Parts: sequence; C-alpha cells; structure tokens
Amino acid sequence: MPKNPNIKKVLVIGSGPIVIGQAAEFDYAGTQACRSLKEEGIEVVLVNSNPATIMTDKDIADKVYIEPLTTKVLEKIIEVEKPDSVLPTLGGQAGLNLGMELEESGFLKSHGVKLLGTTAETIRNAEGREEFKELMERIGEPCATSEVVENVEDGIAFTNKIGYPVVLRPAYTLGGSGGGIAHNQMELIDILTNGLRLSRVGQVLVERCIAGWKEIEYEVMRDSAGNCITVCNMENIDPVGVHTGDSIVVAPSQTLGDKEYQMLRTSALKIIDELGITGGCNVQYALHPESFEYCVIEVNPRVSRSSALASKATGYPIAKVAAKIALGYTLDEIKNAITGKTYASFEPTLDYCVVKIPRLPFDKFIMAKRTLTTQMKATGEVMSICNNFEGALMKAIRSLEQHVESLMDYDFTGLSEEELLEQLNVVDDRRIWCIAEALRRGISYEEIHNRTKIDIWFIDKLAIIVEMENALKTEELTKELLAEAKRIEFPDTVIAKLTGKTEKEIHDLRMKYGIVAGFKMVDTCAAEFEASTPYYYSGFGIENEAIETRPEKKVLVLGSGPIRIGQGIEFDFCSVHSTWAFRDAGYETIIVNNNPETVSTDFDIADKLYFEPLTPEDVQNIVDIEKPDGAVVQFGGQTAIKLTESLMKMGVPILGTKAEDVDAAEDRELFDKILEECEIPRPAGHTVFTVEEAKKAANELGYPVLVRPSYVLGGQGMQIATDDSEIEEFMNIINRIAQDHPILVDKYLQGKEIEVDAVCDGDNILIPGIMEHIERAGVHSGDSISVYPAQSLSDECIDMIEEYTKRLARSLHVKGMINIQFIVCDGQVYVIEVNPRSSRTVPYISKVTGIPIVKLATKVIIGEKITDLGYKPGLQDKADYIAIKMPVFSFEKIRGADTCLGPEMKSTGECLGIAKTFDEALYKAFLGAGVNLPKHKKMIITVNDADKHEAISIGKRFEKLGYEIYATRSTARVLNENGVHAIKVNKLSQEAPTVIDLILEHKIDIVVDTPTQGRDKTRDGFLIRRMSIETGVNCFTALDTVNALLTSLESNVKDNLSVIDIATVGTK
Amino acid sequence: MKAFLILEDGTVFTGKSIGSKKEVISEIVFNTSMTGYLEVLTDPSYAGQAVVMTYPLIGNYGICHEDMESLKPWPDGYIVRELSRVPSNFRSDDNIQNFLETNDIPGIEGIDTRALTKILREKGTMNGMITTNENYNLEEVKEKLKKYSPTGVVEKVTCKEKSNLKGDGYKVALMDFGAKKNIAKSLNERGCDVTIYPASTSADEIIESNPDGIMLSNGPGDPKECVSIIEELKKLYNTDIPIFAICLGHQLMALATGADTHKMKYGHRGANHPVKDLKSGKVYISSQNHGYVVDSDTINPDIAEVGFVNVNDKTVEGLRYKNKNIFTVQFHPEACPGPQDSGKLFDEFINMMGGKKNA
Repeated sequence: MPKNPNIKKVLVIGSGPIVIGQAAEFDYAGTQACRSLKEEGIEVVLVNSNPATIMTDKDIADKVYIEPLTTKVLEKIIEVEKPDSVLPTLGGQAGLNLGMELEESGFLKSHGVKLLGTTAETIRNAEGREEFKELMERIGEPCATSEVVENVEDGIAFTNKIGYPVVLRPAYTLGGSGGGIAHNQMELIDILTNGLRLSRVGQVLVERCIAGWKEIEYEVMRDSAGNCITVCNMENIDPVGVHTGDSIVVAPSQTLGDKEYQMLRTSALKIIDELGITGGCNVQYALHPESFEYCVIEVNPRVSRSSALASKATGYPIAKVAAKIALGYTLDEIKNAITGKTYASFEPTLDYCVVKIPRLPFDKFIMAKRTLTTQMKATGEVMSICNNFEGALMKAIRSLEQHVESLMDYDFTGLSEEELLEQLNVVDDRRIWCIAEALRRGISYEEIHNRTKIDIWFIDKLAIIVEMENALKTEELTKELLAEAKRIEFPDTVIAKLTGKTEKEIHDLRMKYGIVAGFKMVDTCAAEFEASTPYYYSGFGIENEAIETRPEKKVLVLGSGPIRIGQGIEFDFCSVHSTWAFRDAGYETIIVNNNPETVSTDFDIADKLYFEPLTPEDVQNIVDIEKPDGAVVQFGGQTAIKLTESLMKMGVPILGTKAEDVDAAEDRELFDKILEECEIPRPAGHTVFTVEEAKKAANELGYPVLVRPSYVLGGQGMQIATDDSEIEEFMNIINRIAQDHPILVDKYLQGKEIEVDAVCDGDNILIPGIMEHIERAGVHSGDSISVYPAQSLSDECIDMIEEYTKRLARSLHVKGMINIQFIVCDGQVYVIEVNPRSSRTVPYISKVTGIPIVKLATKVIIGEKITDLGYKPGLQDKADYIAIKMPVFSFEKIRGADTCLGPEMKSTGECLGIAKTFDEALYKAFLGAGVNLPKHKKMIITVNDADKHEAISIGKRFEKLGYEIYATRSTARVLNENGVHAIKVNKLSQEAPTVIDLILEHKIDIVVDTPTQGRDKTRDGFLIRRMSIETGVNCFTALDTVNALLTSLESNVKDNLSVIDIATVGTK
Repeated sequence: MKAFLILEDGTVFTGKSIGSKKEVISEIVFNTSMTGYLEVLTDPSYAGQAVVMTYPLIGNYGICHEDMESLKPWPDGYIVRELSRVPSNFRSDDNIQNFLETNDIPGIEGIDTRALTKILREKGTMNGMITTNENYNLEEVKEKLKKYSPTGVVEKVTCKEKSNLKGDGYKVALMDFGAKKNIAKSLNERGCDVTIYPASTSADEIIESNPDGIMLSNGPGDPKECVSIIEELKKLYNTDIPIFAICLGHQLMALATGADTHKMKYGHRGANHPVKDLKSGKVYISSQNHGYVVDSDTINPDIAEVGFVNVNDKTVEGLRYKNKNIFTVQFHPEACPGPQDSGKLFDEFINMMGGKKNA
C-alpha cells in the first residue's frame, strides 16, 4: 500500500525531559522519525519540552515547539498549526499518554486530526491491565495471574488460590516503594498493609511470582496490511525480577533452542497482529527455564528503549520504518537502508553477539541501595559488539567508565566463603563480579545458578574469563595465549597487570606477533548481501573489512559514552552537530561511541560509525586503520577530553584548543597563574592531597569551604564543609574512588551564579548570551534553574563578564568552545570554573538565541573567523524572549537517594520554559518539569535554623495563595510568631500522627525541607524527603527554588499560555 | 588438532578440528539461521554439502534429540566460528562435539566464518576440503576440488522402505526425496494419515494406493539429476490428485511440466527470507534451504503462474498450477528451523483435498 496522500502535516510528540526509564532513546527515535517523515515531503511539527535534544533543532522539523508536554499546550499547538495527524508512538510513554488523552477527550476528532500509527483502541488494549489480560486470554497467550486487592483479606484469599510466592505492587506509588515479594502469609500481611497505605488509591496488585524465569524480549514490526516481522530478540542475563533496563542483555538470545525461539516469536507476532499495531512494538516474556511454559510480561505498543537497542544491535532502523508505516507504506515497499538492495520486510540475522550493560548512578548516590528490582534505576547504557560473548562483555564493561575494565574490579576477596555465598543472593550491579569471585574460589556452577538463577551458559562464559585471568597470571605469555586473551577482549592494561609487564610491552608483543584488531560490518544480513553503510565493530583474530578511504580531509569525532548524571544527552547533541558541520565543510567524518540510545550512533549520521569502547587502546585500533587528519574532543564531554593525551601520543592532531591548554584549565596551579595574568579574581583556595592538608587549608580560608576532586564531572564528590569533622568525612568519601589528581579546597561564596558559553577563534569571542541561576552558589549548576537572559546583573557586571571571558579564552588559546562559571558576590565577579569545551548548556543557549554555536565552533576549529561567519564579536544582543531551563530529577526511582540539592549534581534531565515574560517562562518551566500546582493547597514547611527567617516570607506568600501550612515544632513557632498561621505537626520520633502520617494522607502539595548546613545528619529530614518523593509530593530543598515557584504560582499566566515556534526565536 | 578448510579458489582457512578427523571434499554453503543448528544438521537437503554457520556461537543449547529432522545428520562437513564448551538447555542430552564425532562428521572451528561467507557470496558456492593433514599440496587439492561433483544424493537420503503415520483424516502419500520430519508431522497433526514412500516409488504405485493428496518433499542436489523421478511426476501431474510440494519437490514438478531450473550463485539458506504471496499480497518470513531455483522465464503461463516471489531478489518462491489442484513452494512452511509463519499452507493443502475431515 503506498503512502496515504491525505497525510500532509504531522505533529510528532517527544518524550520530554530525560528521566530514569525515559532517556536519550526517544531523541534517537524521534529524530529518525522526523527525518524519515521529511524525506517523504511531510511537514513536521514537533513538540518536546526538552531543549537538550537533537529532535528539537530547527533543521529536524519544520516547526519546533519546546513547550511543556500537557494536553492544554498540545491543544493550543494543534489549534495554531492545524496538523492533519498526530504521531504519538515515538515519544515514549509520555508521548503515548498525551496522544491518548487528546484522543479520548474528543479533541482530535473535533479538530479533524487523526492519530497516526497504532489506534487508540489498540493502545488501550495493550496498556490497560484488564483489557490486556482479557485479550491475552482470548487468544490463548498466558500472562502471570494477578488481581488488584483493596484489603488484606482479599490479598490472602487470592494468594491462597495461586500459591506463594507472590509479587505485590501498590498502585500509584513511585519507585516501586511499598512493593515486594511475599513468601508466606506473615510477609504478605506485612507488605500488603504497608502497600495499601502507601497507595494513593489504596490498591495493591497481587501477582504470581515468576522471578528467576528467563526474561526474553522480542522487537516486532507490523504494517497496515498485516505483515509482521521480528527485528531481533534479546535475552536478559539477569532473570525475571530485575527491570530489563537494569539487566545485562544479550542479543540475540543465547540459551534458547529453535523450538523456544520460534514459539515465542510466533506468540509475539500473534499478539501484535491481534492488537492490530501498525509500527513497532516490544513484547516481553518470562520463559520457564525447565519447560516450554511462558508468560507475557508486558507489551509496549510503541518504540522503546529496547527498540533503540535492537536497532543498533541489528542495523535495522525501527523508528524510521515505523514512521514510514504510519504514512501507509507496507514493509515490502520500504528499502532496507543498510543494504540499499533488500527490503524492510525481512528479519535481520546477526553474525556477532551484542551485550548491553546498564549505567547505574550509584557512584552519584553513594547512600542509595544498589539492589536491582523491577523499578529501573539506570540512567543510561552501553552496548558492545563482538564475535564472541566474552569479548562483547569485556568491551561493554570497559565502556561503562566506572573505573572497571575486567571482572576483577569490584573486590569481593575479603568475604569469607559463607559471606560470598550470601552475597550471591544479592541482586545488584556488581553481581557478575561477585560470580567471578565465586568462580575463582571454585564454587560450582550449580551453586551459583541456584542462588542467582543465571543460566549456566553465562556462568561458564564468566568462568572462561576468570580462567584467562589465571592463565595470564600463572602461565608464560605465549603468542597463542596472548591471541586468545585478545580474542576475548582483555585490554592490554589488564594483560599487563596480570603478567607483570607494562602496557607498552604488551602492545609491542602484539605488534611482533601480528595480533591486531580487525573490523567487521553490522549489515543486518550476516554478509549474505553487500552492505553500503560503514557501521563497524572490532574483534581479534579476524580479517579486517573496514574499507580504507583516503579522502582529502578526515576527522575523528569522539562521542560521550553512556548517559549518566552530569554527562547527558547534551553532549550527543554537540557531537552530532559538530559531525554535520565537518561534513558540510567537506570532511569525511568518523564517529566513535558506545551508547545505543543516541542519535550519534545512528548509522547515517557520520560517514563511518565505529561502535566501540572509548578507551585509548580501542581508539588506537581505529586510528591505526583510519589514520584521521585530526580528532575533535571538545564536544564529547569529559569522556572525549580524557582521550586527548592518548590521541596526541598516537600522533593524531587535536583540532581546536590544544591539549596543554585544556590541562591548564584543569590544573589548579596553572589555572591560578592564568587568572593572575588576566587579573581575574577567584574564590581563594588550595590544592591538597591528605585530610590534614585539607583541614589546614579550610581553617586558613575559613569555613564554609567547598571540597572537590579535580578532573570530575558534574561536581561528583563535591561537598560544602562547615567544620573539621565534615572535611574528614568528605575526604574519605572522595578517596574511596581512586584519585590520580589532587583535591581542591575553596572558600565557599554564597553569591549569584552566572554561566557563559562562548566560541573563540583565537582572537575574537562570540557570547550568545549570559545565563543566571536562580539558586545561589552551592547548588550545582546542572541542578539550578537557569535563566536567559540574566535578569539581575548590572551593566558593569555584564561588561566584566564579557571582558573576563575574552581574556580567559585568549590566554587559554581557545579555538572552539569554552564554558565559564562565575559567581557575582557583592558586585564583584569571580571565576569559579572554566571548561575549554562544550558544556551542558550549549543546546539550550543555541536554541533560545537561535545561534548555532556548535556549528560555529566547528567552523572556527577548521580555521574560519567569527567575523567571516556573519557575527559581530563579543556578547550578542538579547533575544526578545525569556527562556528558563529547569532541572528534572529522578529521585523516586533511586531508593535511599537523598534529594537535597548541593554541589554534587543529581538531576537527570531538563526542560524549557520560554515566553515573552519572566513569570510565564517560569510557570512553563515548572509545568514542563511536572510541577502542576495547586491541587490540595496544603503544604509542609520544615527548615533548618539558618533558613527560618527566610521561611517567614515564604510562608506569608503561600498563605496568601490560600495554602494551609503545616510545620514541625520550631519552624511552626517561628512562623506563628511572625504572623503566619502554621499548624504544628510532630516529628517522626514523637507520637503519631507525625509528619509522615500527614504525607500519607495524600493531600499535601508541597514539602519544603531544607537540610542542615553541609549534609543532613538527622534521619528525620531524609525520611520526610524520601516519603514525599515516593508518594509523589513536590519536595524542595532550596529556598530560592521555592521563591521561584511562588513567583510562578502568583502570576496569572496559567490559563492563557503562549506557544512559541523556536525557529522564530533569535537575537535582534 | 589443527584443521584446514581449502577452497576451490585456493583460499585456506586454518582452525581447530572438530568431530571426525577424516578428510572430506564437499560443496561449501552457508546458512544464516541464528538458532536451529541441529535441525540444519539433520536436514537431508544438506547431503553432499558442507555447511558453514554464519552465527558464530553454535552448540549453546546442546543436542535435544527430539529436534532432529531426520534420523541422522547429513552434511559432509561442518564449519563454525565457535562451539560452546558447556551447553545449557533443560532438554539437552548431549553436546555438539560428541554428536559430530559419533556421527563421523568432520568439521573445523575457529575460522573467520564471515570472511568465508563473503567469499562464497562474491564468488558463488564452491567446493572445499576439510582436512587435518598439514602437508596438503594446494595445487593438487585445487585440481581435485575442481573436478568434484556430488551425485546421487537423493538416493542416499531417501527412505529405503515405505512407512506410515496413522491418522483419521486424509490419506496423504509423501514422496521422500530427503524429507524433513516436520513435513510428515505437520500433516499428521492436521489429522492426515501419511504414508512415506521412497523416492524411487513409481507413480502407478502411488496412484494405486488411492491417496487423497500427494506431498512432494524437499531434498538435496541438482533437480535435473532426478530424471526418472521427473518422469513419474509427469504421470502424477496428469491425475486429479491434489499435490503440494516443497523445495526440491517444487523444482521437480516444475521440470516435469516443462519449466527449467538453474543453479543460484550462492542460494538461500536461512530463517529470514521474505516471501510474498501474490494472491493475498502478504509477506511471510520463511525458512529456506535451496541452491537451485525455477527459472521464471521458462514457466508456461498456460500451465502455472508464479504464486510466491522472494521480496529481496524476486526469484520464484512458489507456483500455482492452472486448472489443477497443485501448488508448490520453494521455501519451508514446515519451519524447523525457522519461522512458523507459512504453516497455514498445510491448511491450504487440506482444503484442497476437500476441507476439514475428521481432524
């Protein structure tokens, strides 16, 4: 069936801010879909509140709205743009829900707009628990038996019917709180009672427990003619019980015979056919490990994280094909873009093995529970490809950038055998390391399997890696042994450590023996057809098939690896735009990256894609074959920056700012010298290595001080210390992570924080705009609300900021991007941080000023001058809009994580509020972040002593808005004494009802809880914050944020929000 | 022990010997299925060929004997990237290493199977030798390989005597040219009483047994070699008995009705081949294993029309015969290994015989 000629203008809904469970994969899917639609001559209108995405670029869609994702806003956009159709299946669950709400309210129908792709009925059937159960029963597909109960008696009765153990899931709680597995009646009563209380609607789902079964996923496509194919299946190494997003996953499945494989494949096709899905779909199964019994766990009637993974694992562009299907094409009419010869109506076949490992944020949330459950906790993931499983696993491990490069990096040697066996029962992110230790101790496969339920096949593969460690330790390093170690992807660094040789010795030995990496192509067809897209992965002991090209100019662009807190999707935006700018300038472009969720690893972004770990050795393998004319590291975040020195050693010129200048910005002493030369003040500070030195420095500077390791991301390990004991505590935490670099102790200035991104061509600079943070210094810039243009700076300050930026960029010889953070305190401008590279705010500032900074920076790197690019040097004129970037957190997903803001970054994403006025922009920014108030007009205030005074005005303003205020004892007293009516509630240690009981009434809108200076040591505050987050209450820990919220609530903009096409935004 | 795979074009791959240590010359073909290695090994259509699996990890789930598609494995040799050291599956009762050894099938492991596949793709299927003899003379081996041509493979794989699978439904005569077990099973599951006949059975004997339908099976080799079978099929064509044919059976029926076949460059072997049913417009993902194909130009439009085509290369994937109750397919609706999408074709055959009966 050819394209439907009635579809001319389509509204594509994005997925909003990056949160755990909904990340970069939807930027990838949405971008691919928009490009696919435009290719067909469709006018594309895009809405997404996330300014860091590539999809919200004005070149990706025809009209781009970076607006809060609410039905009201969408209705407005539809009224303005009048699209004929809406495509809701590419924006994750957020996009799908919005599409459904618009359909169900009748809005779409009354405006003559069609829902493209899958119909509303299909979505209801797949998403509604009851509807889905019924449908599965009708077509004879088994699901895990379950029932919703509203009291303990019903729960017991139902469980007696289906048998223990059962899984309990309270409805409408976040982060899986209150849920659990009950093995007996006592546990059942216990968990159920608590769960019913936690649930806002007083419901708990009781479900047959299938933990320990194999978890298998199928990615399926169906067109409107009913043709179905499976793109790929995947097997979770972690059996059912761990969210698939937190599982180590292998594609294709390894332990399924053809009978099992086809049984589930047939089932998946039957389900997608019965649901009538048109587009992509994901079906998850639990397969009994000892029989053919299986259960359908879940069906996602849309593209998902798994489909991004499947696309990258096979080369089959699911989102692109889904978009074409939505337009009416059938699978046999859509060309397979990889081969250019075959069609989309085929099933990819792999001749390699793919491993995905989640990137978990426990390095950020050191207090959080590492346990993995059915609630996803990973912020991102890495993927690797190799022709053997062990190799793929080893490559994925070192791609994580978590100080791990083998199965020896988490140390369990200190455990007794008994403790180790006990540890095997623990399901956390270190489990494969624990299994490796068990294997080293000779614990049997059966014992390990019985405790972990991980299939013996995988355990044996881990054993092969452990055996290799031992062989390298104890045997002579023969050519054969070295070749085998490389075949299973032991990096030279690990081989060197195990053999007692240096890395260089290993490298030289490899050269002598001719043990070098070769590259193979991902071609969707196991070499059956010739492929035309150079998408490569490496291996050892294989013939190289990477085609040698010798263009005039060739550039290597280093990507930013897995999405993590502090290094998010923004850097993929930068990498991709830089790649495009190089391509436009006539360069052959090569991207190296290992993140399957991103746009940069789509097969048609660069001329060549190498899906590889970003370590010196892995990059060297590529350099040896490609011999690029230069590499660009300033767009790939810290991941790429870290490779600078190695690239120079390989003889690859670094394009743009020189490595020594990057170093100068990071090296405290060099940097101090530069600041001195430039006559720029910075908060006083010292470089230290030991606790004693740190204490001495702190006392010299006077408390409070900032303590942080140098060379880190997102303020990791950064803390504000108020006394000696805190210094001790923080130094110990910092030193837990291996440190090659010194630790910085700085005077803490509580001023206004200002941020600037600039492009420098060696002579002139271009500053698109100045951003001001709402929160005072002390809250990490990534967690602060950022306002463009800066609202409260004097002209003198602005001039000073421009001047300092110019001086710094020049003296650091910046060619390309520079990011500077300032503090303005008592009219004085201080520099607190300089990053001679692209930053988190680059996509945001590009979009709200209309200045394509990455493109300009790339052109400057190539040799053009700012004046030639049509821009006047210096600070550009202000745009006539106010644009506010709001951080978005995923606290509810990480149990045990403290939500209070500080110098260490905790947010996972961001959204934008853009409007003509400050108040409206602020309101939109809060709305986009999910703060949609007021609801019940009740709130709790509990603040530390330092904040008590400020709490009074806050209380007054809330009272004026009609809020009923509850407060803990001392806060209540201060409020009441100052004319704010506050109802006193008991602390946790006092008799019930306490503040927690109050929260559990599910009537509280806001909790304001400021922790005691430094870190909160009272468990009360922590528990209050956690309870708020887990029950969906907005919890704020910085009073500046609360004041901003009040401003937005007090304004009367909410009923008449404007919508703005970002393409019309620009500086005057 | 080292093993060598020497190709007709002089390429030599060095790897590790697996299975039997005997030397073998065979036609080298590649299969792209990611699962179903045992079904591939026991598919009689591989007689006279050595199979290279493009998926690199083979033997992961061991040997589940009930999955065998015939009583023994047929390929002359087996070529893989890596055999699993420890198989894992609840039904597995052996590992593939033992299985190859027990059945005296020589093989080679640890070679770059993708590089080999690319050679076969670019130069076409060719002969090769698997040997553990390090002192081979390349020129002599090449000469030998050029001359080698497998013959009489259908005789080798067909059953020696007829047998029967009891059923209450239609009586089907299954001509065994190297039939996979699941063909008889698929019919039997639909109630058919299936009698399996040796390939050399005369048309008269079949007709005299008065079947409700005739099933022509898959099988190995060049269809044009089966001269006498083709003659018998001409007689069957002239009866009114409904006929359904798969793979070799499809090619033989085409030859019997005047069409021609030719050898493909490297064939279709795998579980991901898209086939379009021209009647319904639907696309099925099919399991395939063939090196020869019916020439579309030689089909007499008065006798048959193309019913199925391959979406990728547009080759003939099935014929519907005019004014006859005959349809034939090049792919494998019986699956095993591979997708079960086209299993409905067995139902179509049942309908052709008169619809549901005692099933």
